[in-house]
Amino acid sequence: MAVTAWTAAQVARKVIENKELFILDVRNEDAFKDWKIDGHKFEYLNIPYFDLLDGVEEILPQMPADKEVLVVCAKEGSSIMVAEMLSDAGLDVGYLEGGMKSWSMYLEPIKVGDLDNGGELYQFVRLGKGCLSYMAISGGEAAIIDAVRFTDVFTNFANEKGVEIKHVFDTHLHADHISGGRHIAEKTGATYYLPPKDAEEVVFDYTALEDGLTVNLGTSQIEVGAMYSPGHTIGSTSFVIDGKYLLTGDILFIDSIGRPDLAGLAEDWVGDLRETLYRRYRTLAEDLIVLPAHFMIIDELNEDGTVAKRLEDLFAENHGLNVEDEEQFRSMVTDNLPPQPNAYQEIRIVNMGKLTPSDEEQTEMEIGPNRCAVR
Amino acid sequence: MNIKQTLDAKGLACPMPIVKTKKAIDTLNSGDVLEVLVTDKGALNDFTAWAGAGGHTIVEQKEEAGVLYFYIQKA
Repeated sequence: MAVTAWTAAQVARKVIENKELFILDVRNEDAFKDWKIDGHKFEYLNIPYFDLLDGVEEILPQMPADKEVLVVCAKEGSSIMVAEMLSDAGLDVGYLEGGMKSWSMYLEPIKVGDLDNGGELYQFVRLGKGCLSYMAISGGEAAIIDAVRFTDVFTNFANEKGVEIKHVFDTHLHADHISGGRHIAEKTGATYYLPPKDAEEVVFDYTALEDGLTVNLGTSQIEVGAMYSPGHTIGSTSFVIDGKYLLTGDILFIDSIGRPDLAGLAEDWVGDLRETLYRRYRTLAEDLIVLPAHFMIIDELNEDGTVAKRLEDLFAENHGLNVEDEEQFRSMVTDNLPPQPNAYQEIRIVNMGKLTPSDEEQTEMEIGPNRCAVR
Repeated sequence: MNIKQTLDAKGLACPMPIVKTKKAIDTLNSGDVLEVLVTDKGALNDFTAWAGAGGHTIVEQKEEAGVLYFYIQKA
């Protein structure tokens, strides 16, 4: 019958809108186990493409009659081949244009809420990797926090909104993804901020992101205030925006807490992590809406696709914030940690400016889930 | 190692390297060794998985100047 190309954006809609989809993933089994396109109502069948070279007859009985079928592979080549074979057998199927590579790169901008004086706060959700970036807009100016490397998405968005990017922040030196922060700053003339304690080895110029630093957006008084909150890294910094939103970087997530071992010094930072989560954050207003830099599972998404929750609710429900015993807490954040994110040491070096990989190399480094949390 | 045939799959993108390798190996006899040259990096894991599934043995593999060389012995 027919083969239709699907874009990553179309698949993202299915995820966010909780729609049904049958995914025939033709990558090899290890790749599928490592990461796949997650959707609550998605059904999966993983058959490597090279097992289908002689034909698709054997899997036809497993194809659903009542839902859309999407064939997925790493870069699109194999999925096109298999989709055509299924089409020749009489089925209507789709394939993901650009494959998992394009899924990993896809960013969906979603409005989190309004700021005073007509301002807005946007969250850029990278469904394929779990990264979350932010843009606060007010009075013709914008501030960006934790931008991923697809800088065009941010600069184009700012252009469409008619705002000038003035401030670009990274809450910490990232280990799971390559930051686009300083490149955006270079392109636009904005100031690029990095916490100095994370930046001891960086080879480029930056402005120190110190505790208490505040910037104002436009003529309105939207305040973006920095708060030192170590533990995931020694320099980790949170932001309070407009007195309403708490951007926690990788210290605190909706369903978990940050791991302290991605810069090789877990033991030293457990104390800081505990201090930040159990004392520093406890001094803040409980109605602040927490906006982290990552999500781990799609259960952390709200109905509108955003990843956000009131601090009060996290104190009540997030297990990582409710471990009374300090020894138990220490054990929780140092024992049985999941494997580190793919290429985490290399990615840190890239973010320090010491390595300039090609686009292809950057894509390779960012394969797989983010794994920034303790579980 | 007795190389029965060499398949130059340099520059070909997935799935072509394995599609062609399979075609080539189908023409060989059990025990023959096929030499395959690929540049597609995705091929690395796929060749190992495909060969394993088909009972073939990768007797040697190496990388030289960006080209991956596989020496596959037919089951």
